[in-house]
Amino acid sequence: MKNVAILGTGNIGTDLLVKLCKLGYKNLSFVGRREDSPSIQIARTMGVNTSSLGINYFLNNNNFDVVFDCTNALDAKENYELLKSLKIKVIDLTPAKLGDICVPCINGDIFVNSDNINMITCGGQASLPLINAIDECTDGINYIEVVSQISSKSAGMSTRINIDNYIETTEFAIKKFSKTKDCKVILNINPAEPCVDMQTTIFLEIPNLEKINFEQIVSNVYGRLKEVKEYVPYYELIIPPMINEQEVMMLSVKVRGTGDFLPEYAGNLDIINCAAIRMLDIL
Amino acid sequence: MSHITISDASLRDGNHSVRHTISKESIIKYCEFAERSNIPIIEVGHGNGLGASSILIGKSKVSDFDVLTAAKSVLINTKLGVHSIPGLSTISKDIKPAIDCGVDVFRIATHCTESTLSKTHIEFLKNNSKIVHGVLMMSALIDVKELVYQAKIMESYGAEAVIIMDSTGTYIPKNINERIKALCQELSVPVGFHGHNNLGLSVANSLVAVENGASIIDACICGFGAGAGNTPLEIIVPVLEKSGYSTNILFEEVIKEADNVLNYLVPNIPVPHAVNILTGLYKLFSGFEKPILKASKLYNLEYSSLIFELGNRKLVAGQEDLIIEIARNLKNQM
Repeated sequence: MKNVAILGTGNIGTDLLVKLCKLGYKNLSFVGRREDSPSIQIARTMGVNTSSLGINYFLNNNNFDVVFDCTNALDAKENYELLKSLKIKVIDLTPAKLGDICVPCINGDIFVNSDNINMITCGGQASLPLINAIDECTDGINYIEVVSQISSKSAGMSTRINIDNYIETTEFAIKKFSKTKDCKVILNINPAEPCVDMQTTIFLEIPNLEKINFEQIVSNVYGRLKEVKEYVPYYELIIPPMINEQEVMMLSVKVRGTGDFLPEYAGNLDIINCAAIRMLDIL
Repeated sequence: MSHITISDASLRDGNHSVRHTISKESIIKYCEFAERSNIPIIEVGHGNGLGASSILIGKSKVSDFDVLTAAKSVLINTKLGVHSIPGLSTISKDIKPAIDCGVDVFRIATHCTESTLSKTHIEFLKNNSKIVHGVLMMSALIDVKELVYQAKIMESYGAEAVIIMDSTGTYIPKNINERIKALCQELSVPVGFHGHNNLGLSVANSLVAVENGASIIDACICGFGAGAGNTPLEIIVPVLEKSGYSTNILFEEVIKEADNVLNYLVPNIPVPHAVNILTGLYKLFSGFEKPILKASKLYNLEYSSLIFELGNRKLVAGQEDLIIEIARNLKNQM
């Protein structure tokens, strides 16, 4: 079994901790920067090795195979440099855009020799499988827009500070996994109570819409949906592909979580963490 | 006599009422008026600000770059302002280019409970020596204590003023009295108010705001803005003067322009229609008017029942995609 550490004790890191424990990972460490962090206490009660030394912990503990970086886009850069010098692989859950971008069901098999796997963003993991599935059935897409809403309670301070990185990394990945040259990503953080589920809506401007094979698109979308569901159980298509009155194709997915750390509404934590765990298994 | 700074939002909020189609020519014409009538700040752009042109909210007829360049070409003393919402705009894609276009005042806006989203944008602008204000949208959705707390967060990031928006057009003068008083007591930066006219109170609320210490008031010519419209510039200027405040704005130019704009900028003077009164009462974003009417028509629903449901779900600006989904669900339940 691989020796694994989670670096960063925010919402993402803590949800990942609970998930890996539930899956029975034994060689697990949880590394933060504050001894009094409530998540460090959670890890201790779960019997997990903890440290509050932050990235410096690895200087004297370099026997790890993989570190999940759950810090923030700024720190992730320095973390990667150090971990690389220690020959520890990084699965990056921040939107720092350092390593090659990865969506497990699209290109999960090409990372065996990578030292940094970039898990993009929650909105990226939710939208890219479907965008890629539609892209495969078209000769080109003029413009793609991805709008995600997440609940305010699930958006920690790192997510808020990294909001630009979120947008730019997701847009970069959309251009990489489709033929479009133009795209826009929007993130809405919604304070409504009870908390809203993560939801992602995709708009696509496809040229010569009358010539596309709509049935093939729908079947490809459902096929890809099934593949994502293998690692993200509550990933659900709530608006199947349709053409709206502006001649734009749209579809929408809802992602609920398994309620490991935050309640089920926080599907944004689950989708990226489940994708990251999938990569740990593949490596 | 205390001085009130009027920030004119006609060319930004007005864009909501014409689906973001204000032309470059109209922008230039109106900016020339702003310049000759001594308007201190004029906001220009898509209704939801920088980087908001999208399928979700509506695409702009003219790009951000083109509108800002056009406005800047005729402005000398009047400062050019933009509204900018983190999540829609980013520093590198939108704010840096806007700085290059010569924007003077950046108003970084978040939903009233989400002020922490403004941190990187406000700090960046502050470090680049730009005038930066914090804006709390949909401010009627939270109580006074929470509003003060959120405003202080923006102040701590470096906002040189904090403006509260009545994006839903919900406030009555009593609410403004309490809120502006508390904000002016707790903040050391100027406080501003941006009214909407859903309940016919935009001027009254703005006056109560200055009487309680607000020193920035947003206004639009003929109330040209989202939903029931904003505080009319041609009314608030004389009302403030009569009440003993100075704006330095030349009223004789403003009153002439209130007629002129009907020929090139304002197709219909906004009034509180039944739908606007309802969105005001149910605390929904004024910019939802058109999506609500569209969705209720599409699913053959009474818009009042859709508004009631949207109010229950506490939708916030930027969730236009959910209006269609909720309308569809409502229809299915019938």
